[in-house]
Amino acid sequence: MSVLLLQILGAFATLSLLAVGGANAVLPEMHRQLVELHGWLDDRTFAELYALSQAAPGPNILVAGVMGWWIAGGAGMAVATLGMLLPSAALAWSMAGLTIRLRHAAWLRPAQAGLVPIAIGLMLAAGLVMAGAALEGGWHRLAIVAIGALVIWGTGWSPLWVLAGGAVAGLLLPG
Amino acid sequence: MTEPSAGIRPPTRPELFLGYLKIGLLGFGGVAVWSRRLVVEERRWMTERDYAELIGLGQILPGPNIGNVAVMIGRRFHGLAGALLATAGMYAAPLCILIGLCLLYERYGDLPHVAPAMQGVAAAAAGMVIGTALKMASRLKLPSEAVGVLLLATLAAAWLRLPLPLIVIGLAPPSIALALWRAGLIGRGVR
Repeated sequence: MSVLLLQILGAFATLSLLAVGGANAVLPEMHRQLVELHGWLDDRTFAELYALSQAAPGPNILVAGVMGWWIAGGAGMAVATLGMLLPSAALAWSMAGLTIRLRHAAWLRPAQAGLVPIAIGLMLAAGLVMAGAALEGGWHRLAIVAIGALVIWGTGWSPLWVLAGGAVAGLLLPG
Repeated sequence: MTEPSAGIRPPTRPELFLGYLKIGLLGFGGVAVWSRRLVVEERRWMTERDYAELIGLGQILPGPNIGNVAVMIGRRFHGLAGALLATAGMYAAPLCILIGLCLLYERYGDLPHVAPAMQGVAAAAAGMVIGTALKMASRLKLPSEAVGVLLLATLAAAWLRLPLPLIVIGLAPPSIALALWRAGLIGRGVR
C-alpha cells in the first residue's frame, strides 16, 4: 500500500472515532484534515463532493468514500470507506457484546432507556435542519414537510408514497 | 398503542442481508426512516422499544448511527456473520450508485443538475425524518422527564447548533440517572 493510501486510511480512521452523531458531526474536522492539513483538495471541490455524496441514497457517512475517490481513485475510495467504517463498527460490535453479557443486570435496560430520548431528540433536530434547508427554496415547501411528517407519524403507508408525492409537488410548484 | 412482542420474528441470514440492502437502496436523505420502518413495522424483527434502545446506543457511539445499529442487530441475530451481512447489505447499493456519480462528475466536471423534483423529495425526506421521530416518541409513551430531555437535545442541536458529542456528553448522564430513578433503582427515598 502506498504512503498516500496509508495516510488516507489514518485520516478517516481518526475521523471515524470522532464522528459521534454521524458524518455531519465530523464534517468540519474532515474539512480541516483533508483541505487544511493535507491539502488533498480545495474548498470548492470539498463542497461539491459533499453535495455529490448527498445525491445518493444510503448513510451520509459515504461522503468519506467520495473524498477518498477524488484523492486516490478507486483504491482511495476503498481505503477511506474502510477507515471510516471499521473503527466505529468494531466499537458497536463490542458494545453489542457488552449488552448481551449484561442482559440480566437490572440496571442495563433502564440505563439504555435513558439514551432513547437523546437519540429521538437528535433525530428530530436532524429533520428540522433538513427542513430548514428545504424551506430556502420557498415557504410552500413547508406544506410538503408537514404532510410528509404527518403521513409517517399517523399512518402505516410506505415512505415511498411520501417521496413520490414530494417529487410531484416539487415539479408542480418549483421554487 | 400497545407493544406486543407477539408477531416478532427474527430474520434468517439472507433476510438480514436483503433487508439491509433495501434500507440502503431506499435511504434517500438518510437511512433512519427506512431502518425503523423495515425492522419494526414491515419485518417485525424487534419491538419498538428494543429498536429504540439500540438507536440510543448507536447514537452515543461514534460513527454512523444506523450503521452502528446494523452491526448490533446483525450480531444479536447471527453473530459476526450477521454483523457483516447487515453492514455489507446496507452499503452495497449506495456505494455502487456513488461510484457511478463519481465517474459522471469526473467526466463532465459538474454535478447532475438538481431538478425541482429532487428539491420536493428533499422536503419530503425532511418531513419523513421528523415524522419518524414523532412516531417513536409517541409509541414509546415516554415519561415527562424523558420528553424534556428529548426537547433539550432537539433545541441544542437544531437551534443552538451545538456539536453532537457535546450534547451527548452533557445530556446522557442526567438522562440515564433519571431513567434509573424512574425504574426505582436509585433515589428510592425520594419516591
